[in-house]
Amino acid sequence: MNLDFSPEDLAFRDEVRAFIAENYPAGLRDKQEEGEEMAKEDFLSWHRTLAKKGWVAPAWPEKYGGPGWTSVQRYIWSEETARADCVPILPFGINMVGPVIYTFGTPEQKERFLPPTLSGDIWWSQGYSEPGAGSDLASLKTKAERFTGDDGKEYYLVNGQKTWTTLAQHGDWIFCLVRTDPTAKIQEGISFLLIDMKSPGVTVRPIITLGGEHEVNEVWLENVKVPVENRIFDENKGWTCAKFLLAHERSGIAGVARSKRGIERIRQIAAVELSDDGDALIKDPMFKRKVAELEIDLTALEYTELRTLAGEAAGKGPGPESSVLKIKGTEIQQRITELVLEAAGHYGAPYFRGFPKDGDNAHPIGPDFAHRAAPTYFNVRKTSIYGGSNEIQRNIIAKMVLGL
Amino acid sequence: MDFNFTEEQSMVRDTVASFLQDKYDFETRRKIVASESGWRADYWKAFAEELGILGASFSEELGGLGGGAIDNMIIMEEFGKALVIEPYLGSVVIGGGFMKHSGYAGAASVIEGIVGGTTTIAFAYAEPQGRYTWQDLKTTAKKDGSGWVLNGHKAVVVGAPFASHLIVTARTGGAQRDAGGVGVFLIDKSLPGVVTRDYPTVDGNRASEVYFENVSVPADALISEDGLGLVNQVIDEATAAVGAEAVGVLRKLHEGTLDYAKQRKQFGTSIANFQVLQHRMVDMFIEVEQSVSMIYMATIKVDESAEERAKAVSAMKVRIGRACKFVGQNAIQIHGGMGMTDELAIGHYFKRASLIEGLFGSVDHHLKRYEFLSFDAAA
Repeated sequence: MNLDFSPEDLAFRDEVRAFIAENYPAGLRDKQEEGEEMAKEDFLSWHRTLAKKGWVAPAWPEKYGGPGWTSVQRYIWSEETARADCVPILPFGINMVGPVIYTFGTPEQKERFLPPTLSGDIWWSQGYSEPGAGSDLASLKTKAERFTGDDGKEYYLVNGQKTWTTLAQHGDWIFCLVRTDPTAKIQEGISFLLIDMKSPGVTVRPIITLGGEHEVNEVWLENVKVPVENRIFDENKGWTCAKFLLAHERSGIAGVARSKRGIERIRQIAAVELSDDGDALIKDPMFKRKVAELEIDLTALEYTELRTLAGEAAGKGPGPESSVLKIKGTEIQQRITELVLEAAGHYGAPYFRGFPKDGDNAHPIGPDFAHRAAPTYFNVRKTSIYGGSNEIQRNIIAKMVLGL
Repeated sequence: MDFNFTEEQSMVRDTVASFLQDKYDFETRRKIVASESGWRADYWKAFAEELGILGASFSEELGGLGGGAIDNMIIMEEFGKALVIEPYLGSVVIGGGFMKHSGYAGAASVIEGIVGGTTTIAFAYAEPQGRYTWQDLKTTAKKDGSGWVLNGHKAVVVGAPFASHLIVTARTGGAQRDAGGVGVFLIDKSLPGVVTRDYPTVDGNRASEVYFENVSVPADALISEDGLGLVNQVIDEATAAVGAEAVGVLRKLHEGTLDYAKQRKQFGTSIANFQVLQHRMVDMFIEVEQSVSMIYMATIKVDESAEERAKAVSAMKVRIGRACKFVGQNAIQIHGGMGMTDELAIGHYFKRASLIEGLFGSVDHHLKRYEFLSFDAAA
């Protein structure tokens, strides 16, 4: 057993650090650190910088534009980007649909969709969840019926509604699971379709969430005409793509590096904020205890992730262990936001949507971090719900790992 | 042993409940929160004149209906169920509390204004550096002839945008964190030099940062020149009232979750059939019931000795603070994505519960206070 980084890995880490220091804008870093809402351009500018360098898709095979990193290098990369408060690369194109396309797509589909996904020219949205089908994804109802168009070509006519579609307000394309055979068993008869969001019949409506953010949307599909060549893999075999994608979605869901940065930030905040006795909050035995317990739990998670990583490096695919990472990772993310809100004290209450960018009298109220503390606490409640709720993850472990 | 309410108390509850049911449904509340003023002055007038509830907790000699802490508990619980914004806590519980306990010369006429709905009060007690230590004050009150001059900055004064008056704590003597020299003043908010910056709070309320810039106040503004004991008493009563509000909020969080779980279908059945969720909802139920017990206990003990009162209130706030977190978080979790939306009421109850958790002291603050009173002070 050896958990030290090799000299090559350490050199790689230095290279990554230097690149981020030179290329990542301070304005974005501050926004990310404060938990501000990111504009479309904020996401895209960093994406494009990395795309130019060839680093935007660490897990992709080299022949499709990946950097050819080892799993340890990928781990170092996620550590370093979190450490520097880098804007996350949106997962929908890079971590989700991209791997589905290079694994299941035709040569034409790969050529058409992979380069613009890498470059950031396609902003992808994920069309999985529906109002009646959240964690029970297979019960989805959106219909796609095949027909021959006036031009003699084959199309699907798509009707239905998707929901919780993250950042779809900026979307160019959406990948959807649709029902192509209503008579088949529930997980069969589903197909994986790519839909141009500029197609007639696609409507995006905002859902405003607890913290006041416009992060998710409803996407309505009314008589949307989709060419058959936009289907990935076989008709009625979309569930295969879905399962593959979900496994990719869950890897990295632990968010260890970001949580490390979160705890570091709590330490910084609590070194400045005062406790009841007028001393620094971090010296308060009760607060300190909670931070310490978080750090210990995060260490356990980190080593669990490293074990999974070592397993992957040895050729084991990500199995149901990823459910452990999801459950513990999201719980820790939530506890971090609880402590930040606690540290804010009275100043957790003021509410400024969009603050501080607007207006003349927008000088801050309370400490800088405080106005985002409560909205972030509310927003991060989603992490134990999305991507298969933590209850579902426990069911998976019960069934797949424990054989119950 | 009797945990029943008197006929008068039941009547107060019914009156408030039926008014809120008719006029304070969630959509109305949403409009109030989004409105320019942020509250309904006409409802406040109705509370005073039509319902008469603003006087429920004052003695008859003071123009009230002869009730006390239990009436405040009943009203605040109903207000919690409807997420009422209007400033009962600041005006009646806190403003009225200072008037009842201080021996202030002008008390009778102030109470008359409170009961009649013409005087609204916000309590400016917290300061940016002070966290939950109420005597940590940088705000000063200096003698100036017969009156006083106030200078300082008060943090997150909830309800200040609706208030005609402020009750302000300020140093009349001693050093920043001394127990002695904590002055309490009642001042007209329109006095020159009172500068406010108003803003919404995350739970839909309104608050202000209040700055005192050489504010000259008359001699009769002084409620107490050395009033930390008084401040602690009133904040304990306010904490009890907020605990009662929390009980109303928690009941709605639990009820709403049960309803949702019964109608929401997944995997071909209602999610209420999953044992893991059943047990979770049972635990939420237990938290709510324990909170109800604690609020009864604290409300009964609020008039006892300072030490008994403080211990009871802190015990209650620890329990209820934890219940707010457990019941609130699980209500959202069981609602799934729908719980995350602004559209459903459940999230708004969660937000109020989350702020109540830290109001008048966090769980840690009250746990420490309880430990001190229960172990160290007695030793």
